Amino acid sequence: MSIEIVKAGLVCTIQDGGRKGFQHLGINPSGAMDPVAMQVANLLIQNKPDEALIEFFYPAPAFQFKQAAFIALSGADFGATIDDTPVPIHQPIFVPANATLKFIKKTKGHIGYLAIQGGLALNEWLNSFSTNTRVIAGGFDGRNLMKGDLIAFKTTTHFPKETEGLQILPWIADTKGLYQVERIRYLPGREFSLLNQASQQFMTNAQFTVQADSDRMGYRLKGPLLRLKKTIELISSGVTNGTLQLLPSGQCIVLLADHQTTGGYPRIGHIIQADLPSLVQQAPGTIIQMVPVNMETAEKINKQQIQYLQQLKNACTLQLHAYHRY
Amino acid sequence: MRSSAIQIYELGDQALTIEWSSTINEAANQKVMQAFRYWQNNPIVGVTDIIPAYSSLTLVYDAAIIQQQSRGLSPSTWLSQQINSVNGLEATPLEETAPQIVPVCYDPSLAPDLAFAAQFANLSMEEFIQLHSSKIYKVYMLGFLPGFAYMASVDERIRLPRKETPRKLVAAGSVGIAGEQTGIYPLDAPGGWQLIGKTPISLFDISKENPCFFTPGDQVKFEPISLDAFHELKNENA
Repeated sequence: MSIEIVKAGLVCTIQDGGRKGFQHLGINPSGAMDPVAMQVANLLIQNKPDEALIEFFYPAPAFQFKQAAFIALSGADFGATIDDTPVPIHQPIFVPANATLKFIKKTKGHIGYLAIQGGLALNEWLNSFSTNTRVIAGGFDGRNLMKGDLIAFKTTTHFPKETEGLQILPWIADTKGLYQVERIRYLPGREFSLLNQASQQFMTNAQFTVQADSDRMGYRLKGPLLRLKKTIELISSGVTNGTLQLLPSGQCIVLLADHQTTGGYPRIGHIIQADLPSLVQQAPGTIIQMVPVNMETAEKINKQQIQYLQQLKNACTLQLHAYHRY
Repeated sequence: MRSSAIQIYELGDQALTIEWSSTINEAANQKVMQAFRYWQNNPIVGVTDIIPAYSSLTLVYDAAIIQQQSRGLSPSTWLSQQINSVNGLEATPLEETAPQIVPVCYDPSLAPDLAFAAQFANLSMEEFIQLHSSKIYKVYMLGFLPGFAYMASVDERIRLPRKETPRKLVAAGSVGIAGEQTGIYPLDAPGGWQLIGKTPISLFDISKENPCFFTPGDQVKFEPISLDAFHELKNENA
């Protein structure tokens, strides 16, 4: 009836679409860092797109299934194996009872997701299953998953075929159109024009290195120090996922899922929503390229991504129905 | 919603900010609170969060939801139109609520910066405490930490600069001053405000339906209590 963590990972939490509607109280939105990967994993196994799932960084945890389950992996490719048989990301998998899921190699990406059909039997906090480790609430006891934790399933999986062994279903979610590997696009922010000439010039085709002290609150970017034409005192106001803040040191930070709700640093820009998944999948040490776009372009790209996910959902439904009939 | 002083700008492609002023002032915050109440009572489909700040209000939205009803308009355009079409935002009544009374112990053993603060202000500690606890403050906004209320404005005589080196750990309940703002740390956290007292009550409790003691717009009054009373109340809360 459950999955057991048999080896802890570095950072491994339960997340969903995020805690909406409480930011006026200073409560962080949380949620999956890569919402596209969350949706892909869930859609592959007919969950609702923002069903709670397990998010992990590398080194990833190892899991033992106490019961058969229908699962999907998405986001990073960490070289998953089930009972030592390699299994792919982006394909639905029937896992037999007592099987062990491990991740043995950081192949591609930075954040992995494990979705289980029917979802996880946990308690919501403020309408969300997302873990807020800062206040120890939501998810699994408000903390990172640890060795020995047992997470119950909401439903029992029934195998469609007589065999009870491992089955990797023969269709793949094509995610190529969902990620942007070349360049991360941003909208210039309210204080962009206050940057000095050299800094503005740099931002027309910026290169940054993702720093090691990046986390779920934000990714710190290393690049040339950016400077304003003159210092200014801003009063605090709302910030959002993807806001690119200029810190007093001249370095930048991109705010991410666990960000504070308000801030008073200059807003150089905002990573477009559609490219946030591409950004968060860049591990520390990676060099990223950032280019500005206008609102019309950002909204067009976002619309295409939403459509792509809708088509993926339809395709997954058709495939699974065909498979069950066969 | 028409006023030359109002600026609406895009905060990326998933939020819009409405700004009434670029400074901290009561009149602008009053308008922020009216708009906040208005949209809490008249929610816009697709707007997932409404974040009031000193002089601005940020509406966070889900573009996928807005697209379903925006009749071909882009989400940001549609939302701007919704905002601009509201009349009478500034006529939204704000209910007058009695001030929340927060007991605060100003004993130096719980107020590591009080001696410095009094000296900086050229006041006795008693005078400093009297000035801090005699005023009714307003919660202008929450942020920084879950449940952290930014209250203003403290008497001009007791305004203090932030600490040059922030503390790595400020205990939950600590009452601080930074410039014209005063606030209470709801959780243990790093912080740079000057600490002049401590409350025994819990300001953030995840087991409560409303986990935060304060909400935006609250009126707050600090009530000085003795060290004995602090420990009694602390035990009651524990």
